[in-house]
Amino acid sequence: MKFDAKTPEGPIASKWTSYKDHINLVNPANKRLIDVIVVGTGLAGGSASATLAELGYNVKAFCYQDSPRRAHSIAAQGGINAAKNYQGDGDSTYRLFYDTVKGGDYRSREANVYRLAEVSANIIDQCVAQGVPFARDYGGLLDNRSFGGVLVSRTFYAKGQTGQQLLLGAYSAMNRQIARGKIAMYNRHEMLDLVVVDGKARGIIARNLVTGEIERHSAHAVVIASGGYGNVYFLSTNAMGSNVTAAWKIHKKGAYFANPCFTQIHPTCIPRSGEYQSKLTLMSESLRNDGRIWVPKNMEDVHAIREGRKKPTDLSEEERDYYLERRYPAFGNLVPRDVASRAAKERCDAGYGVNKTGEAVYLDFKSAIERYGKEQARIHNIENPSHEKIVALGEEVVRAKYGNLFQMYEKIVDEDPYKTPMMIYPATHYTMGGIWVDYDLMTTIPGCYAIGEANFSDHGANRLGASALMQGLADGYFVLPYTIGNYLADDIRTGRISTDLPEFEEAEKQVREKLEFFVNNTGSHSVDHYHKQLGKVMWDKVGMSRNEKGLQEAIDEIKAIREDFWKNVKVPGNMSEMNPELEKAMRVADFLELGELFARDALHRNESCGGHFREEYQTEDGEALRDDKNFAYVAAWEYQGEPSKAVLHKEQLEFKDIELKTRSYK
Amino acid sequence: MDLTLKVWRQAGANDKGALVEYKVTEISDHMSFLEMMDTLNEQLIEQGEEPVAFDHDCREGICGMCSLHINGEPHGPDAGTTTCQLHMRKFKDGDTIYIEPFRARAFPVIKDLVVDRSAFDRIQHAGGYISVNTSGNTQDANAIPVPKVDADKAFDAATCIGCGACVAACKNASAMLFVSAKISQFALLPQGKVEAAERAQNMVSQMDKEGFGNCTNTGACEAECPKGISLENIARMNREYLSASLGSE
Ligand SMILES: Cc1cc2nc3c(=O)[nH]c(=O)nc-3n(C[C@H](O)[C@H](O)[C@H](O)COP(=O)(O)OP(=O)(O)OC[C@H]3O[C@@H](n4cnc5c(N)ncnc54)[C@H](O)[C@@H]3O)c2cc1C
Ligand code: SF4
Ligand code: FES
Repeated sequence: MKFDAKTPEGPIASKWTSYKDHINLVNPANKRLIDVIVVGTGLAGGSASATLAELGYNVKAFCYQDSPRRAHSIAAQGGINAAKNYQGDGDSTYRLFYDTVKGGDYRSREANVYRLAEVSANIIDQCVAQGVPFARDYGGLLDNRSFGGVLVSRTFYAKGQTGQQLLLGAYSAMNRQIARGKIAMYNRHEMLDLVVVDGKARGIIARNLVTGEIERHSAHAVVIASGGYGNVYFLSTNAMGSNVTAAWKIHKKGAYFANPCFTQIHPTCIPRSGEYQSKLTLMSESLRNDGRIWVPKNMEDVHAIREGRKKPTDLSEEERDYYLERRYPAFGNLVPRDVASRAAKERCDAGYGVNKTGEAVYLDFKSAIERYGKEQARIHNIENPSHEKIVALGEEVVRAKYGNLFQMYEKIVDEDPYKTPMMIYPATHYTMGGIWVDYDLMTTIPGCYAIGEANFSDHGANRLGASALMQGLADGYFVLPYTIGNYLADDIRTGRISTDLPEFEEAEKQVREKLEFFVNNTGSHSVDHYHKQLGKVMWDKVGMSRNEKGLQEAIDEIKAIREDFWKNVKVPGNMSEMNPELEKAMRVADFLELGELFARDALHRNESCGGHFREEYQTEDGEALRDDKNFAYVAAWEYQGEPSKAVLHKEQLEFKDIELKTRSYK
Repeated sequence: MDLTLKVWRQAGANDKGALVEYKVTEISDHMSFLEMMDTLNEQLIEQGEEPVAFDHDCREGICGMCSLHINGEPHGPDAGTTTCQLHMRKFKDGDTIYIEPFRARAFPVIKDLVVDRSAFDRIQHAGGYISVNTSGNTQDANAIPVPKVDADKAFDAATCIGCGACVAACKNASAMLFVSAKISQFALLPQGKVEAAERAQNMVSQMDKEGFGNCTNTGACEAECPKGISLENIARMNREYLSASLGSE
């Protein structure tokens, strides 16, 4: 199989422009003869569907929810980056490119990242034109904030609901095309397999989740925009239905799966409270702009707090350990996510965790409230304000910036974060790994593309804040619509593709057999029972830090869980109706395979980088120790009948425009 | 705590449904309402029965997927809260809880507690967008300043999650609050003004076609809306609609 990143020649700053100047175009009249399937309608799939339809292709879009507006992208809180330099603080395309490559610990492809930075500014223009209500200042211009790991203010936001507003923008663009008949929308449909004809992606098998019917859909190209696989951990900040199925199915049909072990652990989630817990809730990292993170300095205080004898507010400044400010004076509370997450774990492992499970640190807004309060008092000419007045004024400012996040915290934890520090702990959040794609965003299966979180591209070993939304929309609005045309130009005479082909028949048969197996199996455990077991192995042994022994054990344990699953899982109900348990069973079956490949990938990578921390490879003071000589590559796995047999291919990464440097946030 | 649940079970759209009683025990205060439902479902699977189907996804109060009529109220007793964010600390040991699907002619039941809210999508297809193409050749975003007050109001309207609680709460099953939220968002922004009149007309007429009832200004929608969408939007929609009808004559 050909394995070529197809990076265009020429200087980095002009690669994309010259690429666009030289690709094949499809005549508008011919676009009407071409069908494209898009699986997923989050930011990536939604923006791609709308744009492809706009260009004139016939789009069939699929999502498992009842409406595209509910895709998981809706939950993104913090913001979206763009190199607009509206703040005049020195931002530029190059700087965004540089920050992203460095933040990703030099494990991403330079040309892709540069293109991302280049189109980023356009995303904001596009979204504003669509009526996305970004935050604005009093002059009516767009406002920005800064995010972890960077020193400029380049993040655009809409309160703590940026993902919602961006997704509603993409959804409205889709609606316009649905109304024009250019997009056929298949809600409550799940893709369960890819159909490959003569080596090319030519369609999918989907299940109508309302009627249970299995359907065949053909197209000239298939775009996978199905999001990330963080739910392999069972507990994550992903939506309950987020899954790996579409990506895993194309992997089994020949698409390489890249860097599965690169997973982002987000530092600011609400800690878990018990076994029944179904998911974790994120607190946007924008909170780290104003919140200070600490644990008590003294063990006595930790005990007193856990036993309820003391409250965090009883501790003086001197009794607190602001460990991020202590360890990383340059970035302080704004270090990148992997660094912040590991530092929290380090403190909790050392016994300083502040809740009952010992897995929580404080995120404190007291100084910010006072600082803002004093500022407001000055602005409003209030002389000698009382402490209460200052706090009240400061709380108003904090409420305007983060109100809905504070409210969400209060609902879940039943404590008022204006009065007492929040408790946070890291949780799985985003998966940088995914389907390998070339510069065109095409997988190793011709005609099959992967965009957004479903692909591996652009973030390397670590994703900086506010960059996933940017990548999803860049892929969907601005990159794929060009690159796919280059491929489809050869298809203008193909005509409609019949779904009666033997390849469709065979794929449908396989899907049907699987579904039948589940509803007929007389097992004794629920699907969640297995998903939780898998999640525990993943978190304990393939989680925030990993070692060889643990990974080896994890591989064996996951295999054992998988075997037990296929023998003893119980799925009530039948397959010709709405059956949420059956949907879950199909998804968990794929997680049980992916989990093993994930652990294998982590095992083979004998270095620490970004979100992948191998305990054997660290500096004396506990920082990640990268090995550029041996591991500056993308690990792309080829399926060979079983995860344990997958074959590793390496895409060597070249750094011509950015010098490989040790990442330091000290 | 231990609870008695009276849950609406309905095998399919064409079946007659009924309330079925279940007991759940050892429910923790910290559980969300949906985690309590998960507990019930685990118990049912254990007993070889079909779990209760209900809609949910983000479990963070933002996707609008969860629904449920809990003790007669959409999204339950807590103000400004979706079902997924409702926590069991709002209930007491020994309580009996009635759990039913959202009821409205335009939201037919699919199974158990799952209803079909695609009518909302069709209303959006009728005009819930600004007619700008996605080519990327738009002007610079800061070339169109928007007064902060307008931007904030547009944002407030835009926070509607499309859950349908407003419809379920309304004695006429009217969708006015939902529709007015979208119309307002665009009517308040300079980019959306050009087609504001046409948008209002198209969306309102689609809303009527879908079988939603009329608004009689009872305000139950606003009271039950988890996102605090205000009735002001309905007034704005009426103005837009009226001026559109006048303009088109
Ligand atoms: C709580 C939270 C907060 C975040 N905050 C930020 C932030 O502030 N900034 C930022 O940049 N990023 C943020 N992220 C990350 C970002 O939201 C995601 O990476 C991004 O939205 C993914 O978009 P997507 O379009 O690739 O996939 P998704 O939005 O996950 O969409 C997946 C789509 O695929 C569909 N689908 C999946 N499988 C199938 C199947 N088999 N058949 C049919 N359809 C299928 C789903 O229905 C859905 O439509 C956040 C993530 C989380 C969890
Ligand atoms: S207006 Fe409120 S209740 Fe109605 S759909 Fe929107 S968020 Fe839900
Ligand atoms: S599940 Fe998303 S709003 Fe409740």
